[in-house]
Amino acid sequence: MPKFSITVNGADAQVDAPDDMPLLWALRDLMGLTGSKYGCGIGQCGACTVHLNGAPVRSCLLPVGQVSGQAITTIEGLADGDALHALQQAWIEKDVAQCGYCQSGQIMSAAALLQSNPEPTDADIDAAMAGNYCRCGTYIRIREAIHAAAMSVDAAAAK
Amino acid sequence: MSALIDPRRVLDAPLVSSEQTTRRDFLKISGVMGGGLMLAAAVPGWTQTTPQLVGGGDLNAYVQIKPDGSIVIYSGSPEMGQGIATSLPMIVAEEMGADWADVVVQQTPEVNTERYGRQSTGGSYTVYLNWQLMREMGASAREMLISAAAIVMELPRDELQAEDSRVRHLFSNRSRSFAELASLAQDQPIPAKADLVFRAREDYRIIGTSKSQVDSFDIVTGQGDFGIDTRVPNMLYGSYTKCPAVGGKIVEANIEDIKTLPGVVDAYIVRGNGNVRELLDGVGIVGTSTWAVFTARKALQIRWDESQASKDSWTDFAEFAEKQGDTGAAVLFEQGDVDTALQDPSNTVISSFYEYPYLTHLCLEPMNCTAHFQPGKAGVKDHLEMWLPTQSGPGFKTLAQQRYGLDADQLSIHVKRMGGSFGRRTSGEYMCEAIELSKLSGRPVKLTWSREDSMRHDYFREGGFCRLRGAMTADGKLAAWEEHTIGTAVGSEPSRWTGVRAGSFPLATSAHARGSLTTFRMDTPSGPWRAPFSNTHAFVSQCFIHELAEAAGRDHVELLIEMMGEPRWLEPGNFRAMNTGRAVGVIKLAAEKGGWGRPMPAGRGLGIAFYFCHAAHVAELAEVSVDDEGKVTVHKVTAAVDVGPIINRSGALNQVQGSIIDGYSAMAGQKITMENGRIQQTNLDQYPVLRIDAAPQVDVHFIESDFDPTGLGEPGLPPLAPAVANAMFVATGRRVRAMPLFDQGFSV
Ligand code: FES
Ligand code: FES
Repeated sequence: MPKFSITVNGADAQVDAPDDMPLLWALRDLMGLTGSKYGCGIGQCGACTVHLNGAPVRSCLLPVGQVSGQAITTIEGLADGDALHALQQAWIEKDVAQCGYCQSGQIMSAAALLQSNPEPTDADIDAAMAGNYCRCGTYIRIREAIHAAAMSVDAAAAK
Repeated sequence: MSALIDPRRVLDAPLVSSEQTTRRDFLKISGVMGGGLMLAAAVPGWTQTTPQLVGGGDLNAYVQIKPDGSIVIYSGSPEMGQGIATSLPMIVAEEMGADWADVVVQQTPEVNTERYGRQSTGGSYTVYLNWQLMREMGASAREMLISAAAIVMELPRDELQAEDSRVRHLFSNRSRSFAELASLAQDQPIPAKADLVFRAREDYRIIGTSKSQVDSFDIVTGQGDFGIDTRVPNMLYGSYTKCPAVGGKIVEANIEDIKTLPGVVDAYIVRGNGNVRELLDGVGIVGTSTWAVFTARKALQIRWDESQASKDSWTDFAEFAEKQGDTGAAVLFEQGDVDTALQDPSNTVISSFYEYPYLTHLCLEPMNCTAHFQPGKAGVKDHLEMWLPTQSGPGFKTLAQQRYGLDADQLSIHVKRMGGSFGRRTSGEYMCEAIELSKLSGRPVKLTWSREDSMRHDYFREGGFCRLRGAMTADGKLAAWEEHTIGTAVGSEPSRWTGVRAGSFPLATSAHARGSLTTFRMDTPSGPWRAPFSNTHAFVSQCFIHELAEAAGRDHVELLIEMMGEPRWLEPGNFRAMNTGRAVGVIKLAAEKGGWGRPMPAGRGLGIAFYFCHAAHVAELAEVSVDDEGKVTVHKVTAAVDVGPIINRSGALNQVQGSIIDGYSAMAGQKITMENGRIQQTNLDQYPVLRIDAAPQVDVHFIESDFDPTGLGEPGLPPLAPAVANAMFVATGRRVRAMPLFDQGFSV
C-alpha cells in the first residue's frame, strides 16, 4: 500500500493507505484523530471539515493521495497548545453545542472564515457556514459565538 | 381495530424493553459503599487537633468527593444533546451546597438500575422522573457532610450550613471544606428519605442559572467521546448490508469475491430472526478501516427473496387516504353531539384535508456500536463488552441478555454520548448486528452504518393524513370539532405513533368532539421521532383552528383563549395532563411578546399556534414573509413556554431554539417516500435540511410556574409548523395543508 507523508497539526505523519481513501477515514481510523466526524460522506453536512493549507475542505471527499506533502489542521490541532482558539472559547461560553457532533466541523469552518474575514457580518457568516448542517439547530448560537470570538480577537489585538 | 390509545401509555411506554426500576427506597439501595479510608486512624485525635480527613468517598450512588476537592456527580441518563448530563447534576449540586466549579460529571460507570435507577432517556421525561431522586441524592450527601462537620467542629448540626463546597458555622467564620469532610462523611448515618429537607426555591444558587454543557470543552477540542469514535485494541471495522426493502431474505451473495478485496478481513452471510428491531438477514463485512468495508460493500451482489418483504408505496397510501370520508371506521373518542352541530344550518361548517410525510431521524452521528464478544473457556463464562450509543442502556442490556443467553454479570456496557437521537436509538438492531460480527470474527468490531443505511433502515416518523371538520356558531364560537386520521397499521394493529389522543387539544376541551382513525397497512418501520404524534397533530389541528377562526371572522388568539374555558386540569389529579390556565398563560405571553395584532406590510404576516405535549404548555408566534417567487422567510419566532422551574437556563433556551429550527427544517424540505418497499431518499442530497442562512431569530419566554419541572427536548417543536403555516396564510392568503413546503412550490 502506498505510504503518504502529511503534516497533521504541525507534526509529520506517515499513512499507509490506498490513495483513494478519503482523508477523513485516514484521520479517524488510521491516525486515531476522531475529532473530524462522518455525517454524510458526500460533502453535504460539513461534519468532516478540516483545513488543507489553511483552507476549509470536506475531508470525506478528499482522497488522501491528493494531500501528500501538504499541511492539514484538524479540530485537535486548532488550539495553540493549552490556549484554546478564540472560537473554542466562545463556543464554551455561549454553550453552543447540543449533541455536539457537528461542532468540530462548524468550528473549523468558522476558523477559516475568521482567518480571511476577522469581522464577519451575519450575512458573511451565513455564506461561510451554509455547508455545515446542525441537526440540533444550534445556528443561532453559532452566529453569536462567531461574533463573540471576532470581538475577543479584536479586543486582544487592541491591548 | 384496537381500542383507544391511552396517551399516558404511549408517553410512559418503556423504551425497547427497558427494565422498570421504580424509585423505591433509593437511598437505601444506593447508600455508602467503599472503604473507610484513613479516617479510622485519625479519629482518636480529632478533638485536639485538626484531623487528617482528606480522602475519597462515595456519599451515595451519585456523589463522590475526591481528595483534591472535586465532586464527582454521576449522570445516569444517556446524553444525546438534550443537556441532561448537565441539568440533572445541577439539581444534585444545588441540594448539596456544592460549588459548581468543583463538580465533575461522569457517566454512570455501568448499567445497573438497582444502583442508579432508570438510566434511560426519552419522552422529555427525564428531568421530571429524576427531579426527586436527584434532590434526594444531593440532600442526603449534604446531611452526611454536615454530620461529619458537627463532629469535627464540635458544633450542633443545626448551626451548620452547606454552601460553596464547604460546611460553615452560621455564627462564626469557621468552616470545613467538603474535601476535608469527605471520608468522615461517608461513615455517617444515611438520612431517612422522609427526613430530608430540600432547599427553598428562592435560595437556589445553581438551579435556574446558565451553565455551559459539562462536555463543552471536549466537544470543542474534538475529544467528545461519541460511540462512533470508539477505538479498542485489535478492533476491526464492520458494515452490515440489509435488503433495501425491509424484510427481504438473503438467497445468495458473492462473499467469496468480497473476501479478496483490499482491506477486507472477512465477510459473512448472516441469517436474522425476522425481527426488524433485532436482527434481519444481511451481509456482514469486517476489515481494517471503515473505508475498506464501505468500498467493499459496493461490490456486493446479493440475491434477495423479497416475497415477504415490504411492498410499501407512498403513492398508494396517499390515493387511499384521499378517498376516505369525514369519519373513520374506528371512532376512538367522542363527546357531546357532533352531528347535530355539524348539521345545524345556522352554523358555518368547514372541512379540510391535511397531509404530512414520513421523516427520517437524521441523527448526524450514524448508527454504530462496538462489540467485543469473548467466548468462555473452561471455568470462564462468555463475556460481552459493548460501547453503545443508546437512549436506554437497560433496555439494550436486556435485549442482549435475552438474545445471547447471558447473565447480567456477563456483560459490560459503556453507554456512549450520542450525536443526536431524537427517539432513534431506542431500537437495538445495530447492537445485535455488531455482536454478530464480533462473534463471527472473534475480534472486537466497530459496526458503522453509512448515512445511506441510517436513512434507509430507520424507524421513521410516519406520514399520514387528516380530514377535519369544524362548525362555528353564528356568533363565532366553536360548536363542534371532528378529526379523522388516516394513519398506518403494522399488520392489523394501528401504529403506536398515529391515531387519536383523548387528552389532546382541542379534542379534550371541545364540548362536541369526535376523533376517528382509518389505517392503511405499511410495513415500513415507524417509531418515535422528536415529539411523536404531537409533531403532526399540532400541524393539522392548530392550522385548522386558524381556518375556523378565519371562517368565523374571529381573532385567532381570542378564539384559542375562549376554547380553553375555565382554568382547570383536563385530567384531575394528573399533573402531567394539560391545564387550561397554563395554556392561556403561554398563549397570552407569546401574543404579547410577539406583538400580535401589529400591522404588517403586504406579504408579511403573524401566525400563532399552541400545543400541549410532554407535560409542557408551549405557544409560538411566527413572523413570516413570502415573496412573489414563493421564497419564505421566517423572520422571528416568539415562544412562550411553561415547564415549571427551569433547571439550566442556557440548556433550556438551546432546546427551544433548536426545536424551532429543527421543526422548520422538517417543515421546509423534508419528505421520505417509498415505492415497492424501497426508501427513495438515502442521503442529504435528496433530503434538504435547513441551513444557517434560513434560521430565524428566536425569542423565548419562560413562565416558571411552581409545578415540578418537566423536560424540554421535544415540546418546542410541534407548534412551529402550524405557527408558520398560519402566518403564511396571513401573508399570502394561501393555506398550506401539506408539508413539506418545497413540495408546495415554496423555497426558503
Ligand atoms: S461527512 Fe463530509 S460533508 Fe458530510
Ligand atoms: S449539535 Fe447536534 S448536530 Fe449540531
